[in-house]
Amino acid sequence: MLSVQNVTAGYEQSVVLENVSINAQKGAVTAVLGRNGVGKTTLIKSIIGLIKPMAGKIEWEDEDITSLPPEERVRKGIGYVPQGREIFSTLTVEENLLLGFEALSKKVNPAQILAEIYELFPILKEMLHRKGGDLSGGQQQQLAIARALIGQPKLLLLDEPMEGIQPSIVQLIRDVIVKIAKEKMVGIVLVEHSLDLAFSCADYFYIFDRGTVVAQGRVSETNMNDIQQFLTV
Amino acid sequence: MSVVITQVFNGFSLGSILLFVAIGLAVTFGLMGVINMAHGELIMVGAYMTYVVQQIFAKYAPQSMGYYFFIAIPVAFFVSALLGWGLEKILIRHLYHRPLDSLLATWGVSLILQQIARTIFGAPNVAVLPPEWLDGGVRIAGVVFPYKRLFILVFVILSIFALYIYLTKTPAGRRIRAVTLNRDMASCLGISTRKVDAYAFAIGSGFAGLAGCALTLLGPIGPTIGTYYIVDAFMVVILGGVGKLIGTVLGAFGIGLVSTLMEYSTSATMAKVMMFALIIAFLQWKPSGLVSVKTRSLD
Ligand SMILES: Nc1ncnc2c1ncn2[C@@H]1O[C@H](COP(=O)(O)OP(=O)(O)OP(=O)(O)O)[C@@H](O)[C@H]1O
Ligand SMILES: [Mg+2]
Repeated sequence: MLSVQNVTAGYEQSVVLENVSINAQKGAVTAVLGRNGVGKTTLIKSIIGLIKPMAGKIEWEDEDITSLPPEERVRKGIGYVPQGREIFSTLTVEENLLLGFEALSKKVNPAQILAEIYELFPILKEMLHRKGGDLSGGQQQQLAIARALIGQPKLLLLDEPMEGIQPSIVQLIRDVIVKIAKEKMVGIVLVEHSLDLAFSCADYFYIFDRGTVVAQGRVSETNMNDIQQFLTV
Repeated sequence: MSVVITQVFNGFSLGSILLFVAIGLAVTFGLMGVINMAHGELIMVGAYMTYVVQQIFAKYAPQSMGYYFFIAIPVAFFVSALLGWGLEKILIRHLYHRPLDSLLATWGVSLILQQIARTIFGAPNVAVLPPEWLDGGVRIAGVVFPYKRLFILVFVILSIFALYIYLTKTPAGRRIRAVTLNRDMASCLGISTRKVDAYAFAIGSGFAGLAGCALTLLGPIGPTIGTYYIVDAFMVVILGGVGKLIGTVLGAFGIGLVSTLMEYSTSATMAKVMMFALIIAFLQWKPSGLVSVKTRSLD
């Protein structure tokens, strides 16, 4: 459903990704692994449209979206949770959540969507009137995921959602990921550092090193020990 | 005692006028970061629109002359807003992140607009007759408060309140704040940042039109009325702290009060020079202005 084809991308002077191809399927969790600085965030930003690839093509539901701006990709059903969460810190939690509805062009029942979100993340309901910036890291992460889910994405890009978060919240976020993939058939691209964590919930994986894919496959058919070498520092 | 009350009232009155010319700028410069030198001419357009509406009333509906002002308010707002919207579409959108270019380009636009005004309405000032019901004033404790000044004070308070409600309570206002805070993230939530830029700019321009409308109550208007206020408007926004409405309000009334007090003790020109010196000194001490964006409690 998402197909990144031979993408080369980077920043002004430096090329970060070279000739990268990956796919992500509906209802499946696709893990993107790799050490610091190998280009995982660059890949995610290329998929959402914050970075224009220098070469290659990005297809979404059989349509070429390579030149569309982020807002149009989001309206086509791609949700994005950036590394570092990017909560609007002076807006309230409620306002942050309401901004999630911007992705939806058709008429929806906000109450019903919000009820589902509060069920996944009960803490948010208690904090509606707090400023986003006053939340703890784990709470902000839940808010960022909730905000993206409100847009009812068919594909959700999660850039290191477990980074710097206490184990109980990691567990909660992991469960939410599995749940929306299996119950709502949402495709998930999960950027992760930890191989254990990624393998505990992913169906497919890609391992990056220095801007290229060095290993890929089905989680169920892969022995973790065989790929550990790409991740140890 | 009555001297003090008069001075304080004059200070608030001047503050209300400064606030009016600065509200629109608080949006386009304060929130969006565009140095729009044509802001003064958008004020001028609002003033001339008020003049036009009055002329139309005088010709076609002299019996309801007293109400022309209430038609002039929306007309001034929408014409200036439309002009600002066009300006953003044609020119400014290509110059975001290029402050010097946008400064020069909008300065050029301001000259063009002044010339157009001269061509249409002539170079001399024209007088707009304020509605009769604004003649006179209330006398309290031996001090006369002119209705016109009171009206402007109420008008500006209602305007800034409307802007505040728009920004904080409506979905469109929420989009503007989101884009201001984090443009990339806003677009990654499905917000069309281009559209938001265009209508935020239109709204800022519309408020300039309202200011022009209010200025007609104080005296004759001419093609260069905008240049007279543009520096003051930037001063207010910068002193108040870029990006915060409450800062603009404090900045305007602060400058208004201090200016009138200084004018009372020296001459008007001297007061203006001293006011500028004071503002510059204050900004040396607090470069981000009265209300800095990082303050969480004041919104
Ligand atoms: N805005 C930028 N301008 C220039 N270079 C950048 C920019 N952002 C990242 N880079 C460089 O691009 C490379 C890849 O960065 P990227 O953020 O994609 O890595 P990552 O795999 O997400 O790392 P991490 O695991 O630390 O998040 C790094 O060498 C980084 O220094
Ligand atoms: Mg990263």
